[in-house]
Amino acid sequence: MKVELIDIHKHFGSVRANDGVSMTIESGSIHGLLGENGAGKTTLMKCLTGYQTIDSGTIKVNGQPVAFASPAEAIRHGIGMLHQEPLDFPQMRVLDNFLLGFDTRLIPDRRAGQNRLQELGTRFRFELDPDAEVTSLTIGERQQLEILRLLALGAQVIILDEPTTGISAPQKAKLFATLRQLADDERRSVVFVSHKLEEVEQLCDRVTVLRHGRVTGEAEMPCPVSTLVELMFGRSLPPLECPTVEHGPPVLQVEGATIPSYRLTVADTRLEVRSGEVVGIAGLEGSGQRLFLRACAGLERITAGRIAIDGKALSHAPYRKFLDAGIAYLPANRMDEGLVTGLTLTEHFALANRTGPFFIDWQAARKEAAERIQHYNVIGRPESPVEALSGGNQQRVLLALLRQKLRLLLMEHPTRGLDVESSNWVWQQLLARREDGTAIVFISADLDELLEYADRIVVFYGGRMLAPVAACDTTVEGLGYMIAGKEPGAGAQQGGAHDEA
Amino acid sequence: MKHNDRWINLLMGIAPIPLTLVFTSLILLAMGASPWEAYRNIFNGAFSSPEKVADVFAACVPLVLCSAGLAITFAAGQWNVGVEGQIILGAIFATWAARTLAWPQVPLLAAMLLAGLLGGALWGSFAGLLKVFGKVHEIFGGLGLNYLAQALAIWLIFNPWKPAGGATMSGTDLFPEAARMPHLGHLRVAPLAVVLALIAVALVTFLLRGTRWGLELKALGKGFVSAFTLGVPATPRLLTAFAACGGMAGIAGTILCSARYIRMIPAISGGQGYLALLVALISGSSNPQWIPFIAFFFAAAGVGSPQLEYNMHLDSSLGGVLEASVVLSVMFVSGWRVLLARKRSQAAALVSAEQEVTA
Ligand SMILES: Nc1ncnc2c1ncn2[C@@H]1O[C@H](COP(=O)(O)OP(=O)(O)OP(=O)(O)O)[C@@H](O)[C@H]1O
Ligand SMILES: [Mg+2]
Repeated sequence: MKVELIDIHKHFGSVRANDGVSMTIESGSIHGLLGENGAGKTTLMKCLTGYQTIDSGTIKVNGQPVAFASPAEAIRHGIGMLHQEPLDFPQMRVLDNFLLGFDTRLIPDRRAGQNRLQELGTRFRFELDPDAEVTSLTIGERQQLEILRLLALGAQVIILDEPTTGISAPQKAKLFATLRQLADDERRSVVFVSHKLEEVEQLCDRVTVLRHGRVTGEAEMPCPVSTLVELMFGRSLPPLECPTVEHGPPVLQVEGATIPSYRLTVADTRLEVRSGEVVGIAGLEGSGQRLFLRACAGLERITAGRIAIDGKALSHAPYRKFLDAGIAYLPANRMDEGLVTGLTLTEHFALANRTGPFFIDWQAARKEAAERIQHYNVIGRPESPVEALSGGNQQRVLLALLRQKLRLLLMEHPTRGLDVESSNWVWQQLLARREDGTAIVFISADLDELLEYADRIVVFYGGRMLAPVAACDTTVEGLGYMIAGKEPGAGAQQGGAHDEA
Repeated sequence: MKHNDRWINLLMGIAPIPLTLVFTSLILLAMGASPWEAYRNIFNGAFSSPEKVADVFAACVPLVLCSAGLAITFAAGQWNVGVEGQIILGAIFATWAARTLAWPQVPLLAAMLLAGLLGGALWGSFAGLLKVFGKVHEIFGGLGLNYLAQALAIWLIFNPWKPAGGATMSGTDLFPEAARMPHLGHLRVAPLAVVLALIAVALVTFLLRGTRWGLELKALGKGFVSAFTLGVPATPRLLTAFAACGGMAGIAGTILCSARYIRMIPAISGGQGYLALLVALISGSSNPQWIPFIAFFFAAAGVGSPQLEYNMHLDSSLGGVLEASVVLSVMFVSGWRVLLARKRSQAAALVSAEQEVTA
């Protein structure tokens, strides 16, 4: 199926999200859509799939002009989209969620649905338990479910909006294999929205680059990375410089903490993080790293062991005490756990200021918000509701909400959805906090990010925490082995020891 | 573009009025009555004499107080249907003060108001505690507490507080002179009550808009998990929201027994709480300043509709129909608005939702 977008315009007030964009998606190919944060990628794809109406322009499917009034109509024409923010129904079971897609009768045929789910699952080697609650799935699994649902609905064109943020390397490899299979064997088209150049290089047949709502270039792959960078940012990027920082006394001490959960129990975790130190956490999604990080934030209950911040035991203290001790937690699922839909940016900044006065001076708050917005390069106004921002700009808001003085910063996928330039900048800001003695612990699915910014890396595998390794002694391959549960070589396997890097 | 939106907003704001009139007129026509005649009767029933206008104001006061309280719990995303019981508890506490304290009028009235506030706040906190610690949904918790409050009122009236002549459903003995809120001359409205209601609205508007507390409630109501992660202490905030709403309902209860009935009766709240839910539903938590106007309309419909019975031999419950159709029209228009807004921007679950509908 061939899809043509011709001279698409979409404005939000004075923001020209799409300003005359044209692009052709051929069948049987993987088309990359590149662009920095706020370039208009998501908007373009939402216009194509009927989530948003276009102001002007033409959409043609197999040469026929079409206009989709809703996503349901788009999917009936074979165009389906996987969203940047997951859009499923978390209170449901996997099978129900799947059935919602194509069985439109009042009483769905669950047996047939289950067979279809199984059949599709086997075809793409996805293992999804039909009876699991969707909430218990990892982001990667939710994505797999959503892909199967779109395929069951007969999608010929599948659009994936930044699908690799927040999933692990093996899940990513599996996703890429699936996408190739869809394009090569089944002649479907895939649109791959991203700002990760290496992924686009690895996967795509063709790319379109957007910048400020316009197409700045199109290229057949392979194409030199420097060309793509220039098309994206208008210049090539300077290398990042980070000064090294002396490590001080321990800030976070986890001693034999056991964190139970419905899905898996993470037993006997041990970690000591000193002030000024950065520890990265790697692992397949759902291996226990999120539980561990949340336990360090006081958001999960521990049943054994001890957690201390700055030497003060906080094992069973409520989240509030952890906040008082100077921690901050940055969740992965920003719209559900981090930002409040319906509140403006000003309201967010006022809210995050926990020690703010009882009577809010809105004028001052607006001024403060405007300053932070400017400092963090957020494209948005103090009075914008947070849901109107692009994905990357929402992430910047989340980072801008962090308090100034912190002892321990716990983050899940801190640069999720940020383009290279912004993520470099964000890391510079984060690393600068080390000078005040802040310790940083972060989860990332991006092994390069872990190796680049962490002093030490701990790997979680199947609910077990492996002993930390020094980042300078490790390579992407070595980490890959550990994540997959293979012997990484001597030394790192006897979990538990305090391993000072 | 901006300009356009403004007009649409204004139009949508007014739209429920004609919608209501059309709807009730259709009902009246179906009953073979002249809609014009009926509206005229309701209007006359509410405004044709100073006594009637005073009655409308008096009926308005408890509604305004409860709706102002409900704006707080709505902001926090909570359906505090327990407001009915909170009125009753306020009245019970105030009655206790009236019967026990042999004080002069000013301190006694102050004590009664304080007692009513405490009683309502207590009952509101119970609903909050059930919700926060017992994981009982506030609607079920609230309904249960309403029954309990009603039972408690009846027990008190039939046992420790029964009049010398024997207990009846008509309530306790009249309050002593000092426990009666002074009326405006011969009119059945207490100016103090009207002032209290207006203060409540101003206070709530200010608390919701100008304070951290209000902002935190709003955040909890719109995104509980995110607000919590951002450091909003959810439990104390929800509890104070319930307590604050209960406190206002308790004051309404005090006014009902001290100014309107001048005694404690079993049906002291008489569904005012539920009616207030409708008022608050219309105003929404973001616009508490509209509460007095909406409540005034509801009160006028309530006071005016008995006239239908005398003059047109129509059932006075038509006033209720009028109120209900206002709520429905407002809900309809705002639902439509949400849909429109959704259509315009990203509609989260629209694919599946729509397919469910077409199924
Ligand atoms: N519903 C909306 N209301 C107002 N402005 C919007 C809305 N949706 C998007 N925008 C604006 O349009 C621009 C493009 O946003 P879009 O989401 O398409 O960017 P993107 O390329 O997907 O960026 P990212 O990589 O950060 O996800 C941004 O400036 C954004 O703030
Ligand atoms: Mg996007």
